[in-house]
Amino acid sequence: MVNYNRTSQRFNQQQEMLLEIQKLQFAALDTALYLDTHPNDPVALYRHKMYTDQLKQVKDAYEMQFGPMTIFSHEVGDNWRYINSPWPWEI
Amino acid sequence: MFMYEKKLQYPVRVTNKDVRMAKAVLNQYGGADGEASASMNYLTQRFSMPLNETKAILTDIGTEELGHMEMVATLFKKLLKGATRDELIAAGMGGYFANHETCPFLLDADGVPWEAKYTQAKGDPIADLYNDMAAEQKARATYENLILLTDDPLVKDTLRWLREREIVHFQRFGEGLRLVEEYSTNKRHF
Repeated sequence: MVNYNRTSQRFNQQQEMLLEIQKLQFAALDTALYLDTHPNDPVALYRHKMYTDQLKQVKDAYEMQFGPMTIFSHEVGDNWRYINSPWPWEI
Repeated sequence: MFMYEKKLQYPVRVTNKDVRMAKAVLNQYGGADGEASASMNYLTQRFSMPLNETKAILTDIGTEELGHMEMVATLFKKLLKGATRDELIAAGMGGYFANHETCPFLLDADGVPWEAKYTQAKGDPIADLYNDMAAEQKARATYENLILLTDDPLVKDTLRWLREREIVHFQRFGEGLRLVEEYSTNKRHF
Protein backbone atom coordinates (compact mmCIF):
# COMPACT_ATOMS: atom_id res chain seq x y z
CA MET A 1 0.00 0.00 0.00
CA VAL A 2 2.83 2.39 0.82
CA ASN A 3 4.57 3.19 -2.44
CA TYR A 4 7.52 5.23 -1.22
CA ASN A 5 10.85 4.23 0.30
CA ARG A 6 11.57 5.77 3.70
CA THR A 7 15.28 5.01 3.50
CA SER A 8 15.91 6.60 0.11
CA GLN A 9 18.00 9.72 -0.29
CA ARG A 10 15.10 11.35 -2.06
CA PHE A 11 12.79 10.73 0.91
CA ASN A 12 15.35 12.20 3.30
CA GLN A 13 15.78 15.25 1.12
CA GLN A 14 12.02 15.72 0.95
CA GLN A 15 11.77 15.53 4.75
CA GLU A 16 14.57 18.07 5.18
CA MET A 17 12.87 20.51 2.82
CA LEU A 18 9.51 19.97 4.52
CA LEU A 19 11.05 20.73 7.91
CA GLU A 20 12.51 23.95 6.52
CA ILE A 21 9.09 24.94 5.15
CA GLN A 22 7.48 24.11 8.50
CA LYS A 23 9.99 26.31 10.34
CA LEU A 24 9.57 29.28 8.02
CA GLN A 25 5.81 28.95 7.82
CA PHE A 26 5.53 28.78 11.61
CA ALA A 27 7.71 31.87 11.96
CA ALA A 28 5.53 33.71 9.42
CA LEU A 29 2.33 32.52 11.08
CA ASP A 30 3.38 33.47 14.59
CA THR A 31 4.52 36.90 13.37
CA ALA A 32 1.17 37.32 11.57
CA LEU A 33 -0.76 36.59 14.77
CA TYR A 34 1.26 39.32 16.47
CA LEU A 35 0.59 41.67 13.53
CA ASP A 36 -3.15 40.96 13.73
CA THR A 37 -3.17 42.79 17.06
CA HIS A 38 -0.22 45.15 16.31
CA PRO A 39 -0.74 46.03 12.62
CA ASN A 40 1.73 48.97 12.65
CA ASP A 41 4.70 47.32 14.37
CA PRO A 42 7.71 47.94 12.06
CA VAL A 43 9.91 45.18 13.47
CA ALA A 44 7.17 42.56 13.13
CA LEU A 45 6.42 43.79 9.60
CA TYR A 46 10.08 43.44 8.65
CA ARG A 47 10.31 39.94 10.11
CA HIS A 48 7.11 38.82 8.41
CA LYS A 49 8.44 40.03 5.08
CA MET A 50 11.74 38.20 5.63
CA TYR A 51 10.05 34.91 6.61
CA THR A 52 7.51 34.98 3.78
CA ASP A 53 10.22 35.77 1.20
CA GLN A 54 12.31 32.81 2.37
CA LEU A 55 9.21 30.61 2.60
CA LYS A 56 8.29 31.34 -1.02
CA GLN A 57 11.79 30.37 -2.21
CA VAL A 58 11.90 27.06 -0.33
CA LYS A 59 8.33 26.22 -1.28
CA ASP A 60 8.95 26.90 -4.97
CA ALA A 61 12.02 24.64 -4.90
CA TYR A 62 10.07 21.90 -3.07
CA GLU A 63 7.12 22.03 -5.45
CA MET A 64 9.39 21.94 -8.49
CA GLN A 65 10.92 18.72 -7.21
CA PHE A 66 8.05 16.95 -5.45
CA GLY A 67 4.90 18.44 -6.95
CA PRO A 68 2.24 20.88 -5.74
CA MET A 69 1.66 21.32 -1.98
CA THR A 70 -1.69 22.98 -2.66
CA ILE A 71 -4.18 22.59 -5.47
CA PHE A 72 -3.52 26.20 -6.49
CA SER A 73 0.18 25.64 -7.21
CA HIS A 74 1.59 24.98 -10.68
CA GLU A 75 2.25 21.38 -11.67
CA VAL A 76 5.38 21.66 -13.81
CA GLY A 77 5.46 17.94 -14.57
CA ASP A 78 3.19 15.94 -16.89
CA ASN A 79 1.13 14.31 -14.13
CA TRP A 80 -0.66 15.67 -11.05
CA ARG A 81 1.88 14.76 -8.32
CA TYR A 82 -0.25 16.48 -5.67
CA ILE A 83 -1.95 13.13 -4.95
CA ASN A 84 1.32 11.19 -4.46
CA SER A 85 2.21 9.48 -1.17
CA PRO A 86 3.28 10.13 1.45
CA TRP A 87 0.34 12.18 2.74
CA PRO A 88 1.01 14.00 6.03
CA TRP A 89 -0.44 11.18 8.15
CA GLU A 90 1.72 8.57 6.42
CA ILE A 91 5.15 10.01 7.20
CA MET B 1 -2.02 22.19 7.25
CA PHE B 2 -4.81 24.65 6.57
CA MET B 3 -4.63 28.30 5.66
CA TYR B 4 -7.17 31.01 5.06
CA GLU B 5 -7.56 33.08 1.92
CA LYS B 6 -9.39 36.35 2.52
CA LYS B 7 -12.16 36.11 -0.07
CA LEU B 8 -15.33 34.14 -0.74
CA GLN B 9 -15.23 31.28 -3.23
CA TYR B 10 -18.14 32.86 -5.14
CA PRO B 11 -19.85 36.25 -4.57
CA VAL B 12 -22.75 36.33 -2.12
CA ARG B 13 -25.28 39.13 -2.67
CA VAL B 14 -28.85 39.85 -1.58
CA THR B 15 -31.37 42.39 -2.90
CA ASN B 16 -33.15 42.94 0.42
CA LYS B 17 -33.04 41.82 4.01
CA ASP B 18 -35.21 38.73 4.60
CA VAL B 19 -35.25 37.38 8.16
CA ARG B 20 -37.41 34.38 7.31
CA MET B 21 -34.94 33.34 4.59
CA ALA B 22 -31.95 33.88 6.92
CA LYS B 23 -33.49 31.37 9.31
CA ALA B 24 -33.97 28.89 6.46
CA VAL B 25 -30.43 29.15 5.01
CA LEU B 26 -28.90 28.55 8.44
CA ASN B 27 -29.90 24.94 7.79
CA GLN B 28 -26.98 24.64 5.35
CA TYR B 29 -24.60 25.94 8.04
CA GLY B 30 -25.44 23.78 11.06
CA GLY B 31 -28.04 21.33 9.78
CA ALA B 32 -27.60 17.57 9.41
CA ASP B 33 -26.92 17.85 5.67
CA GLY B 34 -25.19 21.23 5.88
CA GLU B 35 -21.72 22.34 4.96
CA ALA B 36 -20.22 21.81 8.45
CA SER B 37 -21.36 18.17 8.43
CA ALA B 38 -19.98 17.66 4.93
CA SER B 39 -16.62 19.19 5.74
CA MET B 40 -16.15 17.27 9.01
CA ASN B 41 -17.22 14.07 7.25
CA TYR B 42 -14.68 14.26 4.43
CA LEU B 43 -11.77 15.72 6.38
CA THR B 44 -12.15 12.88 8.90
CA GLN B 45 -12.74 10.00 6.49
CA ARG B 46 -9.67 10.77 4.36
CA PHE B 47 -7.43 9.18 7.02
CA SER B 48 -8.74 5.72 6.17
CA MET B 49 -8.69 6.05 2.37
CA PRO B 50 -6.51 3.39 0.64
CA LEU B 51 -5.85 5.29 -2.61
CA ASN B 52 -4.12 8.59 -3.29
CA GLU B 53 -6.98 9.63 -5.58
CA THR B 54 -9.53 9.31 -2.77
CA LYS B 55 -7.25 10.83 -0.11
CA ALA B 56 -6.95 13.83 -2.43
CA ILE B 57 -10.62 14.17 -3.37
CA LEU B 58 -11.81 13.96 0.27
CA THR B 59 -9.16 16.48 1.35
CA ASP B 60 -10.01 18.95 -1.40
CA ILE B 61 -13.80 18.66 -1.24
CA GLY B 62 -13.68 18.77 2.59
CA THR B 63 -11.67 21.98 2.30
CA GLU B 64 -14.02 23.47 -0.30
CA GLU B 65 -16.92 22.81 2.11
CA LEU B 66 -15.22 25.07 4.67
CA GLY B 67 -15.41 27.80 2.03
CA HIS B 68 -19.11 27.00 1.57
CA MET B 69 -19.68 27.39 5.32
CA GLU B 70 -18.21 30.87 4.94
CA MET B 71 -20.56 31.61 2.01
CA VAL B 72 -23.66 30.40 3.88
CA ALA B 73 -22.66 32.39 6.98
CA THR B 74 -22.18 35.48 4.77
CA LEU B 75 -25.60 34.93 3.20
CA PHE B 76 -27.16 34.63 6.68
CA LYS B 77 -25.47 37.85 7.83
CA LYS B 78 -26.53 39.78 4.71
CA LEU B 79 -30.14 38.57 4.91
CA LEU B 80 -30.33 39.89 8.48
CA LYS B 81 -28.63 43.23 7.84
CA GLY B 82 -30.88 46.08 8.95
CA ALA B 83 -33.62 43.81 10.36
CA THR B 84 -35.77 45.44 13.03
CA ARG B 85 -36.83 43.97 16.37
CA ASP B 86 -40.36 43.45 15.09
CA GLU B 87 -39.15 41.70 11.94
CA LEU B 88 -36.96 39.32 13.97
CA ILE B 89 -39.84 38.47 16.31
CA ALA B 90 -42.34 38.08 13.44
CA ALA B 91 -40.01 35.60 11.68
CA GLY B 92 -39.59 33.54 14.87
CA MET B 93 -36.02 34.69 15.47
CA GLY B 94 -36.57 36.40 18.83
CA GLY B 95 -35.10 33.49 20.73
CA TYR B 96 -32.18 33.24 18.30
CA PHE B 97 -31.44 36.96 18.75
CA ALA B 98 -31.50 36.60 22.54
CA ASN B 99 -28.86 33.90 22.31
CA HIS B 100 -26.64 34.90 19.39
CA GLU B 101 -27.76 38.36 18.19
CA THR B 102 -27.18 38.08 14.40
CA CYS B 103 -24.04 35.94 14.56
CA PRO B 104 -24.31 32.70 12.57
CA PHE B 105 -24.38 29.69 14.88
CA LEU B 106 -24.28 25.94 14.17
CA LEU B 107 -28.04 25.28 14.23
CA ASP B 108 -30.50 23.97 11.67
CA ALA B 109 -33.52 26.00 10.49
CA ASP B 110 -35.51 24.80 13.52
CA GLY B 111 -32.80 25.71 16.02
CA VAL B 112 -31.50 22.16 16.60
CA PRO B 113 -27.75 22.40 17.40
CA TRP B 114 -25.17 20.68 15.20
CA GLU B 115 -23.71 17.43 16.52
CA ALA B 116 -21.05 14.92 15.55
CA LYS B 117 -23.80 12.34 15.02
CA TYR B 118 -24.40 14.07 11.68
CA THR B 119 -21.04 12.72 10.48
CA GLN B 120 -19.87 9.22 9.63
CA ALA B 121 -16.42 7.67 9.48
CA LYS B 122 -16.77 3.92 9.20
CA GLY B 123 -13.11 3.29 8.43
CA ASP B 124 -14.33 1.35 5.41
CA PRO B 125 -13.73 3.39 2.25
CA ILE B 126 -16.64 1.90 0.28
CA ALA B 127 -19.13 2.52 3.10
CA ASP B 128 -17.79 6.06 3.57
CA LEU B 129 -17.90 6.97 -0.13
CA TYR B 130 -21.49 5.72 -0.49
CA ASN B 131 -22.31 7.83 2.57
CA ASP B 132 -20.67 10.86 0.97
CA MET B 133 -22.53 10.46 -2.32
CA ALA B 134 -25.80 10.32 -0.35
CA ALA B 135 -24.71 13.40 1.64
CA GLU B 136 -24.15 15.39 -1.56
CA GLN B 137 -27.60 14.42 -2.88
CA LYS B 138 -29.23 15.44 0.42
CA ALA B 139 -27.46 18.80 0.30
CA ARG B 140 -28.49 19.21 -3.36
CA ALA B 141 -32.12 18.57 -2.38
CA THR B 142 -31.89 21.08 0.50
CA TYR B 143 -30.55 23.78 -1.82
CA GLU B 144 -33.44 23.12 -4.20
CA ASN B 145 -35.88 23.54 -1.31
CA LEU B 146 -34.16 26.79 -0.29
CA ILE B 147 -34.35 28.11 -3.90
CA LEU B 148 -38.14 27.52 -3.77
CA LEU B 149 -38.37 29.53 -0.53
CA THR B 150 -37.09 32.84 -2.00
CA ASP B 151 -37.97 35.22 -4.83
CA ASP B 152 -34.72 37.20 -4.57
CA PRO B 153 -32.74 36.57 -7.82
CA LEU B 154 -29.40 37.29 -6.13
CA VAL B 155 -30.07 34.81 -3.30
CA LYS B 156 -31.24 32.27 -5.88
CA ASP B 157 -28.00 32.79 -7.81
CA THR B 158 -25.81 31.96 -4.79
CA LEU B 159 -27.99 28.97 -3.87
CA ARG B 160 -27.96 27.67 -7.45
CA TRP B 161 -24.19 27.86 -7.52
CA LEU B 162 -23.88 25.94 -4.25
CA ARG B 163 -26.35 23.35 -5.60
CA GLU B 164 -24.14 22.85 -8.66
CA ARG B 165 -21.13 22.16 -6.47
CA GLU B 166 -23.03 19.32 -4.76
CA ILE B 167 -23.54 17.71 -8.17
CA VAL B 168 -19.85 18.02 -9.08
CA HIS B 169 -18.84 16.56 -5.70
CA PHE B 170 -21.26 13.65 -6.17
CA GLN B 171 -19.65 12.94 -9.54
CA ARG B 172 -16.07 13.00 -8.12
CA PHE B 173 -17.05 10.74 -5.18
CA GLY B 174 -18.61 8.31 -7.64
CA GLU B 175 -15.33 8.15 -9.56
CA GLY B 176 -13.47 7.65 -6.27
CA LEU B 177 -15.83 4.83 -5.34
CA ARG B 178 -15.21 3.10 -8.68
CA LEU B 179 -11.43 3.29 -8.13
CA VAL B 180 -11.72 1.89 -4.60
CA GLU B 181 -13.99 -0.93 -5.76
CA GLU B 182 -11.52 -1.90 -8.48
CA TYR B 183 -8.70 -1.78 -5.95
CA SER B 184 -10.65 -3.88 -3.43
CA THR B 185 -11.50 -6.53 -6.00
CA ASN B 186 -7.82 -6.96 -6.80
CA LYS B 187 -6.29 -6.58 -3.36
CA ARG B 188 -8.72 -7.71 -0.71
CA HIS B 189 -8.35 -11.11 0.97
CA PHE B 190 -10.66 -12.39 3.68
